[in-house]
Amino acid sequence: MDRRPVYLDYNATTPLHPVVKDTMIADLDLYANASSMHEAGRRARARVEASRAAVALLVGAGADPEQIIFTSGGSESNNTVFATMFHLGRKGPRKGIVTTAIEHPCVLNSARWLQSEGFPVTFVGVDDHGRINLDELQAAVGSDTLLVSVMAANNEIGTIQDMAAVSRIAKAAGAWLHTDATQAVGKIPVDVDSWGVDYLTMSCHKLYGPKGIGALYLRKGAPLEPLIRGGHQEHGHRAGTYNNIGIFGFGTAAELALAELPAYAARVTALRNRLRDGIAQKIPKARINGHPVTVLPNTLNVSFPGAEGESILLYLDLAGIHVSTGSACASGSLEPSHVLLATGVGPELAHGSIRFSLGRDTTEAEIDYVLQQLPPIIARLRAMSTIEA
Amino acid sequence: MSDMFAWMYSDVVKDHFMNPRNVFSPDENFSYDAEGITGSVKCGDQMQFMLKIKDDVIEDVRWRTYGCASAIASTSMLSDVVKGMEIKEAYSIKPNDIAQKLGGLPDNKIHCSVLGDKALRAAVDDYLVKTGREGLFRNEGTKVICTCLNITDRDIEEAVKAGARDWEGLQERTKIGTVCGGCKKEGEELLHEYVHIFA
Repeated sequence: MDRRPVYLDYNATTPLHPVVKDTMIADLDLYANASSMHEAGRRARARVEASRAAVALLVGAGADPEQIIFTSGGSESNNTVFATMFHLGRKGPRKGIVTTAIEHPCVLNSARWLQSEGFPVTFVGVDDHGRINLDELQAAVGSDTLLVSVMAANNEIGTIQDMAAVSRIAKAAGAWLHTDATQAVGKIPVDVDSWGVDYLTMSCHKLYGPKGIGALYLRKGAPLEPLIRGGHQEHGHRAGTYNNIGIFGFGTAAELALAELPAYAARVTALRNRLRDGIAQKIPKARINGHPVTVLPNTLNVSFPGAEGESILLYLDLAGIHVSTGSACASGSLEPSHVLLATGVGPELAHGSIRFSLGRDTTEAEIDYVLQQLPPIIARLRAMSTIEA
Repeated sequence: MSDMFAWMYSDVVKDHFMNPRNVFSPDENFSYDAEGITGSVKCGDQMQFMLKIKDDVIEDVRWRTYGCASAIASTSMLSDVVKGMEIKEAYSIKPNDIAQKLGGLPDNKIHCSVLGDKALRAAVDDYLVKTGREGLFRNEGTKVICTCLNITDRDIEEAVKAGARDWEGLQERTKIGTVCGGCKKEGEELLHEYVHIFA
């Protein structure tokens, strides 16, 4: 291996695509306020709108680019939706919030906030592959349901939800449907119409673009209460001077993600499978978490009984391999991954879980390096462990 | 701080994590006089100490740990420290003593990963039972938490082991904090920690 470190934490964030980087550098001097009427402002605005169109196209909303609202990222997009529901619920008859047990903390904590404000909130469970229990969802959704919020794909285990089925249930009850598609966009085809969603959250830094920029897709007619009030930007949905460079980077990243998606998916799937099969072959009792098929092409979550996740992560780190873990030790809390626990994985397997998330730069040589380094690390930790593998 | 970013822990922790001392190996046929284990898989950390003891002095030691880097490092460090130590002194070692020798640990790590002292005490207790001196060190190295009723951290630990899970349950068993109540905050913190480790 001549290239270190081996970065396998693309679900946490991605490096800039070289083309995005070049574009952003070239655009650094497009400083004009995109709200200004003069020529420089109009030129910046044209680039903002071209970026908006590219982002819209990426999620199947190409016909309605004005339905894309730029935000500071996934957390802001999610918070905007939940804040909107807060205002709607206070005034209207519907107050019920239905979400899942495996959402990102951003949605979970937004839902808990509404709960603390007196909104009835249901956290629907998932099966042992991390797929939402549709019968449970059906039972939870009713005429008092205001919002259904289901993540499109999970950040930890990669399991992809059947959004069309979720939509049928939400829409039959007349509820608004939001999906946090932060991990899905750029990794699998995303289509707001076939998914039947009213709101869709995305974040640029997960698709080889810059941090600090994201978007919210808003279906025509769906209500929105601005989280940030001020000027007239984004049709009054989100105030604040246009983040030119972030938005331009997002536009380029979205164009590239759409164009490269088939090749990307084929490539990372093959590498992910090579890693998965290699681990299964070389490491006894390794347990693959998540769905075997309906899973993000780049994500592999594995539990190693008898070895603890933070120790595995740090031994890998010392070998120049960057991954993440669902262990409590790494989270700073006392509880291991809420996602793995929700899939029925016991605390020991959750503590011993490692997420490998591959990306467009991952090579076969890197995967083989991991397959060479990982087995002795697990064997060593198991040998000094009180827990039988 | 820069060291913490260069690596998560101090150089000493890193060294003990990478080169743990006195790890138990089944091939070695280490014979020992006492053993103790503490922690659980559920909480993510478990430690076991095996002691060879002569004339109440720890002659040699082996250990096994399931846990994070600081759990491994702290157990390794402790195993070095107690070699040649009298069991009475070993009984009084506190998590903070180990953390200090390791060049410091993040706060949250001291509570959840430094269980070595408790496993060590369990091993010494095992030895005391085997030599007909059960409970001899019961009050060794304890800290009074409730000054009104002279209730120690050890009393709280024992109450949790016996089934106390919340403040009311702890009060039922120990009467802690039933006079002035000034110890409630510290008592609850210990209760929370022990429930995590022992429940």
